Amino acid sequence: MKHGLNRPPLEYGSGFPTLLYKEVKRFYKVAFQTVAAPVLTAVLYLMIFGHVLEGREVYGRLSYTAFLIPGLVMMSVLQNAFANTSSSLIQSKVTGNLVFVLLSPLSHFEFYAAYVLAAVFRGVVVGLGVFLITAWYGLPSLEYPLWILTFAFLGAAILGSLGLIAGIWADKYDQLAAFQNFIIMPATMLSGVFYSIHSLPPAWQVVSHFNPFFYMIDGFRYGFFGVSDNSPWSSLAIVACFFVVVSAIALRLLQKGYKLRH
Amino acid sequence: MHPAISIQNISKHYGALQALNDVSLAIEQGEFFGLLGPNGAGKTTLISILAGLVRPDKGHAAILGADVQKSFRDARRMLGVVPQELVFDPFFTVRETLRFQSGYFGIRNNDAWIDEILSNLDLTAKAESNMRSLSGGMKRRVLVAQALVHRPPVIILDEPTAGVDVELRQSLWQFISRLNQDGHTIVLTTHYLEEAEALCQRIAMLKQGEIVALDTTANLLTRYGSVKKDGEGKTDLEDVFVNIMSGGAL
Repeated sequence: MKHGLNRPPLEYGSGFPTLLYKEVKRFYKVAFQTVAAPVLTAVLYLMIFGHVLEGREVYGRLSYTAFLIPGLVMMSVLQNAFANTSSSLIQSKVTGNLVFVLLSPLSHFEFYAAYVLAAVFRGVVVGLGVFLITAWYGLPSLEYPLWILTFAFLGAAILGSLGLIAGIWADKYDQLAAFQNFIIMPATMLSGVFYSIHSLPPAWQVVSHFNPFFYMIDGFRYGFFGVSDNSPWSSLAIVACFFVVVSAIALRLLQKGYKLRH
Repeated sequence: MHPAISIQNISKHYGALQALNDVSLAIEQGEFFGLLGPNGAGKTTLISILAGLVRPDKGHAAILGADVQKSFRDARRMLGVVPQELVFDPFFTVRETLRFQSGYFGIRNNDAWIDEILSNLDLTAKAESNMRSLSGGMKRRVLVAQALVHRPPVIILDEPTAGVDVELRQSLWQFISRLNQDGHTIVLTTHYLEEAEALCQRIAMLKQGEIVALDTTANLLTRYGSVKKDGEGKTDLEDVFVNIMSGGAL
């Protein structure tokens, strides 16, 4: 056998495509849990809330079911993007196999981009699944598809970045569960998925405007109906700023090796 | 010519514990080098600093001249590390694991080399098996394969034979020895001192974060040749190790 040093020198590229592919393949291998289950959850929400609240109109012209569908799609995108990065990272940390990535020449930016893009991909796949199934209840219009894609991508990237931050910070599964249950879940549930904030008392309307998730859902919904609680342009500006902030935090943590390189 | 590994005045502490204290060491290219010491001596911390997993408080380390912090890409491409813990990704097969590891280093279409490694480590039959289904010894072989997949000129093995049966241990050392004969620099930590004595040309002994002995294996044995308690038989590395660790540093 001729061993490594007697061979022609290797040509090195970036490790980013492999890490991205690995992260996508990881959730694909357990798609029943990572894709099918959240689609089912969203459909159950639609069946229950749609049945109970059908007959109401939102924005003066939309049926409640039509209003609800884009909100459920975006909620699924956001929650699954968060789940992908956070669960992958905490599992790799707890089992110790993150060492294989840390031993490689991947830069912190490549690490970030691979994990977050995989999260975006999972979020969009689940969101698409929810959309296709719930469309059976009444296909919503698609007034501005570019707005839909923009908010879906930015929202998923934000939650993917937040999942990365949570995964880096958490040492145990229960710490991650606390992050998810006490921050992500309330923020998504109270973001206007199930209601227009104009139906809230004035004080809660003000509070809702401090929730960045509200702008993701509202901007996404604007792409379907051309109508929203807030201007899509100001929502885009706020979401884009939030994306820059969480990305900067995640990149800084990776660059410093916080809780990864001691 | 740069040394394979250069360690200059490295110190590292964890809270009140001084894991490494001003350690300096140079390992030349092509050496088979042993890094020995009791548990907690600082061996794994030193290896982790070389691998970029731990950042030193002070000092510098380089792999073939590439600083492990400033030129981390070059340093990591030239270094293969077999970690001490038996870690694996339960989602993937052996072949997928090796392809991913190769890809992390930016190397694609590496299947010919991967097949050779699998063959040399008797893993070919397990190539399509999920990592979860492998025995401890098989998982250990995959760890070795992962460290070799990017053909690094410098290979560090952190207790690679812990919990491994005799047959695998022997076949592993034959393979590693062939890599060394081929020009790879090998750094080994082990608690099996007879292995270190048989394989390593030079040995450093660490105690409480400091190097307390550094010499060729032959010189260490000669210098401590009179320490055999019963006065009979050949001195082995275990006698040398016990003597040095009990205070008889060089």
